[in-house]
Amino acid sequence: MTQTAVAATTEASAPVIAAQNLDLTFQTNDGPVHALKDVNLTIGKGEFVSFIGPSGCGKTTLLRVIAALEHPTSGTITVNGITPDQARQNRAYGYVFQAAGLYPWRSIEKNIALPLEIMGFDRAEQEKRVKNVLQLVDLDGFGKKFPWQLSGGMQQRASIARALAFDADILLMDEPFGALDEIVRDHLNEQLLQLWARTQKTICFVTHSIPEAVYLSTKIVVMSPRPGRITDIIESDLPRQRPLDIRDTPQFLAIAHRVREGLRAGHAYED
Amino acid sequence: MAVTDRPTRTAGALAAMARAVVPVLSVVLAIIAIWYGASVMMNRAWTLDQIQRQNLEMTPSQIIADAMTQERPVLPPPHQVAAEIWNTTVGEPVMRERRGQMQGNPRNLIFHAYHTLWPTILGFMIGTGLGILLAIGIVHSRAMDLSVMPWAIASQTIPILAIAPIIVVVVANLPVLNTAVDQGWISDDTKLLVPKALISAYLSFFPVVVGMVAGLRSPNAMDLDLMRTYSASRAQMLWKLRLPASVPFLFTSLKVSIAAALVGTIVAELPTGARFGLGARLLTGSYYGQTIQIWSALFMAAICAAALVMILGALEKIVLRRMGVRP
Repeated sequence: MTQTAVAATTEASAPVIAAQNLDLTFQTNDGPVHALKDVNLTIGKGEFVSFIGPSGCGKTTLLRVIAALEHPTSGTITVNGITPDQARQNRAYGYVFQAAGLYPWRSIEKNIALPLEIMGFDRAEQEKRVKNVLQLVDLDGFGKKFPWQLSGGMQQRASIARALAFDADILLMDEPFGALDEIVRDHLNEQLLQLWARTQKTICFVTHSIPEAVYLSTKIVVMSPRPGRITDIIESDLPRQRPLDIRDTPQFLAIAHRVREGLRAGHAYED
Repeated sequence: MAVTDRPTRTAGALAAMARAVVPVLSVVLAIIAIWYGASVMMNRAWTLDQIQRQNLEMTPSQIIADAMTQERPVLPPPHQVAAEIWNTTVGEPVMRERRGQMQGNPRNLIFHAYHTLWPTILGFMIGTGLGILLAIGIVHSRAMDLSVMPWAIASQTIPILAIAPIIVVVVANLPVLNTAVDQGWISDDTKLLVPKALISAYLSFFPVVVGMVAGLRSPNAMDLDLMRTYSASRAQMLWKLRLPASVPFLFTSLKVSIAAALVGTIVAELPTGARFGLGARLLTGSYYGQTIQIWSALFMAAICAAALVMILGALEKIVLRRMGVRP
């Protein structure tokens, strides 16, 4: 296992996440549900990948498979050249859920320190890291507050800080801004891009929103439901520096158009 | 703006309090009125009987007055109970000298309350500890979930009055306890306290089990998934997620459980020939037809229960505030 890990890191172009012929079927009371079918995907280091598609297309399931929260029925998936379970043991993932999911009995800084406590960082290191990530998400001075004292957007930023605290190199984000209004969402999208540029992390981002996916990503994975599968993978040629008004450029609109076409194709197959 | 805001806010708070006090007072007054009415109705028979036997002449107001001042009324009116409570708490020393030794005074109700409260608190603590441990086991082990819960429920369907004497006899003959008494580690009185505490624990563990199982299972799927992404161990999940999440549930159960513990102790005193304690007081009261004494002991028990629940309520407030609950 260590040998493959070493091999993966020495090889410069080695993918961070590689999935081949991934299949996942849930057994439910209403019979089997084919959540993922024949998923092939490669994600390189430092990429920002969005997963977009209607409800039930398996985008969240795919993210959960990457995080080893679900296990595929067949096919293979490796993260940094090892299994997702091993990668999780190596603290490879910071996971951001749709709701901020801060524990209400912990102050913001204690919430951010939670993974650090679990992973056994010493107290001084915990304090240093908490201070650091609070700065990173622009929440300086809010560490002593309790979650309910913060707005929804600030809570979600705190949850991103929590995911960043232990220096995972992969950030998995499941519709993190889905519950926020558009103005706050725009602002957080901008901040997320800055954060990505500064930290060089690999980000997997699930969303419902076409503009959000196009604005953020270097790669857009379009998915469609029943069975959940990938219908299109779009490499974005937008520059890495993206002001908000890039969304009015023809280049942006062309990519958005292709995403929309991909989504429509998926639906046509169903109807 | 905050300065001008304050007086109206205080006035608002006062008005809110007044709004709360008025209905509470009316209910209390209504209860007292009904109590007096019932007391006259029920005690009148004895007075009328006396009139007939002794050929007395009494006006209705005299009859009412007599019904409220009998020595052994069927239902003592509120002022008689209040006077009895006053006389047996403030009017009697808690300790008295006997055979050259200072001892508790059995005529003092506080002395009896003490003998009931102590095992109650001890039993409550045993019951709470046991309840929490069982709940942790039930949540973590499917086998325990399936096997312990039915027994816990069954245990509460057995009338405590039936098994109290059994527990007393068994505990009284425990070699460990007898050795402890022989060696002078504990006194005879302390030994009598043990079965009471155990019966009290028997009644008080159940609400804690039920509440804590719900509380430990209260974290949602996302809270648990978060822990899994950190590869947290089961112990870490318990300490950092399940237990803190269960605290509000715990306090709700504790309030039920402490009341059950008090009932348990009093019931344990009834069939076991206890000399001291509110249960013993109830029993002697009923032996000698001292209804006033029974009622005052009942009120003392109610006061104790209210006080214990209030202490728990205050503790709950402090703990939850420290846990960042929105005020």
